[in-house]
Amino acid sequence: MASSTIAPTPPSFILNKDLGFSTFSRQSVSSIPKCRRTISKKICSVTAPHQLERKPSTTGSVKTGMTMTEKILARASEKAQLSPGENVWVNIDVLMTHDVCGPGSIGIFKKEFGQKAKVWDREKIVVIPDHYLFTSDERANRNVDILRDFCMEQNIKYFYDIKDLSNFKANPDFKGVCHIALAQEGHCRPGEVLLGTDSHTCTAGAFGQFATGIGITDAGLVFGTGKLLLKVPPTPRFVMDGEMPNYLLAKDLILHIIGEISLSGATYKSMEFVGTTVESLTMEERMTLCNMVVEAGAKNGVVPADSTTYKYLEDKTSVAYEPVYSDQQARFLSEYRFDVTKLEPLVAKPHSPDNRALARECKDVKIDRVYIGSCTGGKTEDFVAAAKVFQASGKKVKVPTFLVPATQKVWMDIYGLQVPGSGGKTCSQIFEEAGCDTPASPTCGACMGGPGDTYARINEPMVCVSTTNRNFPGRMGHKEGQVYLASPYTAAASALTGYVTDPREFLQ
Amino acid sequence: MAASLSCSPNPTLTRVTVSPRSSLSPTVPHFLKFLATTPFHPFRPLTARSQSSSFSFAAPRASAAADDKSSSTSTSFHGICYVVGDNIDTDQIIPAEYLTLVPSKPDEYEKLGSYALIGLPDSYTTRFVEPNETKTKYSIVIGGYNFGCGSSREHAPVALGAAGVAAVVAESYARIFFRNSVATGEVYPLESEGRICEECKTGDTLTIELAESRLINHTTGKEYRLKPIGDAGPVIEAGGIFDYARKTGMIPSISA
Repeated sequence: MASSTIAPTPPSFILNKDLGFSTFSRQSVSSIPKCRRTISKKICSVTAPHQLERKPSTTGSVKTGMTMTEKILARASEKAQLSPGENVWVNIDVLMTHDVCGPGSIGIFKKEFGQKAKVWDREKIVVIPDHYLFTSDERANRNVDILRDFCMEQNIKYFYDIKDLSNFKANPDFKGVCHIALAQEGHCRPGEVLLGTDSHTCTAGAFGQFATGIGITDAGLVFGTGKLLLKVPPTPRFVMDGEMPNYLLAKDLILHIIGEISLSGATYKSMEFVGTTVESLTMEERMTLCNMVVEAGAKNGVVPADSTTYKYLEDKTSVAYEPVYSDQQARFLSEYRFDVTKLEPLVAKPHSPDNRALARECKDVKIDRVYIGSCTGGKTEDFVAAAKVFQASGKKVKVPTFLVPATQKVWMDIYGLQVPGSGGKTCSQIFEEAGCDTPASPTCGACMGGPGDTYARINEPMVCVSTTNRNFPGRMGHKEGQVYLASPYTAAASALTGYVTDPREFLQ
Repeated sequence: MAASLSCSPNPTLTRVTVSPRSSLSPTVPHFLKFLATTPFHPFRPLTARSQSSSFSFAAPRASAAADDKSSSTSTSFHGICYVVGDNIDTDQIIPAEYLTLVPSKPDEYEKLGSYALIGLPDSYTTRFVEPNETKTKYSIVIGGYNFGCGSSREHAPVALGAAGVAAVVAESYARIFFRNSVATGEVYPLESEGRICEECKTGDTLTIELAESRLINHTTGKEYRLKPIGDAGPVIEAGGIFDYARKTGMIPSISA
């Protein structure tokens, strides 16, 4: 087992010199999860406690090689061996819920386990209001109250509450979009099982864990037992090699894959991403990659943990974790190989995430607005990417350009981080000079439409280029809204021209 | 693929007798969902099943008490169908703006039903639920492949069930929707062999004989095979994921 890492947390611990973070960004120091074992006062190590990056399974006599997903589920169900198709009761490490599905899950939990029932583990549940926050819709506001009442009653350790809707910064616990908050708060750890009442829970697979979305009834069961009956998925492997061109982002990679295998190409499967390109991706880019596996129907996506993962987790969690890796002899369903140097910026045209097209072939599509946000395309690096394009152009956007940071940390980065190559300007300065809208309060926002008064919601037929994850009819509000899914580079380039635009127009 | 699933007791599936029309919600004037559980019998001539025969009106699920949990192996559905295409995603089944409704609250559950399939594009000229109604007259939904793709929102099968859908027959399902359907027991998710979405039209009268895995379209006179329920079987038979968990000893029996 990995040696436990205790975070000593002196005030200077949190400074990241490269990014110039202020101490404000580590307000949540008090919520760093404790080690699973009894807390020892001895500091064992201050870096990630793993020596080897890839090693075959050493857990005794393994008759058949297993994939990462099979191994994670085997360990979590206390079985030595698992094969795809088996149904097993799995121990859950983290259960996440939010304001849309939380109230329903709570209702089921109380109905099935009793009004006075207690959750299985108050430290393994993370409750994150994020979907419908900055709205006057009474039911939406009430749903956050329901979460709060439950968290107080159950003494839930991690509740990222918001009370003051007029000023998100006035809420010390508030984070924002659940999947990004989970990562930033150190709840995503290699080798673990994370479930969430949201389809994009698969995002956390970027950390080399099993993470998938579940419904309200399943969540009610997990609340009470800490277990769920899961079927082991087979694993198709996606090998991506080659140096990532400077005009491509992980969003292009996943759009390419979904376009290749279709909306149901990975239904009930576990998508494993490996290769030199994947290894070169940052954590946020890996999160983008795994975020959209559900758009191909997948149960989960995984990226093997490595030094990039450990570095990211260094200052975020002190809980011990043990990564797993696919065996050499593991059986994969299929293998897809991509040479990323041959790929070009893509969009998914209305009305399906698998309606893939080259961005440059859509250059005659006039657009009405651009939306940069969501768990898919609203992270810090997504905004830095967009800022790079605006900076390279030096011109103003031709259409309303909405910026919705995923979390309060991302919002702060937009105002605090300096964009490389800009002469010391922050993202916010570049966005302002380009004429974008002021970055909004962190939330899921208009990605899924939401209540009628949601900021940037599409309320009439119009064309939008968006860094979000779905573009089915009515996804962002109006049924006749036309949404082109794209990377932040492509979205920014399109904002500058008023047409769907390949970012190479600005980035070469 | 049938994932591990659950189905909370669904009284409309297990009602044993054809009961006289019970005093139910008055807001279901067009509610034509009937459920007759009959003992296994050889194939009856199509003419014997006509719309004018007497039916039992199923109780709205939200107000159903804990009915008998023994699932009958010979159950059939009869009603008119609503046909949709491929990749019907959850945003079309229940648009996100209605997700503030909490399914475990009875009045909000009913409201969800009134919005079922309201997200379908205008190319669908027939509305699934008429304006100002909360129930649909179509008790069977026929779909193409990848039905229910998109979000994990359990509000999707709940909305269909609340509206009065008894079963969905699709060429294939997205996994979370399928899992949620069985978990909630709101709709019975059946898989067809082949694309019956191209052979049936909205308004056709259908019968589904579950035990025989058969679908009969009375309007066209054609019959189709359905795929067996698969891995979901033991969970459904136990009466749902919670009952399955109790039966297999994962959780103690609940003290009411």
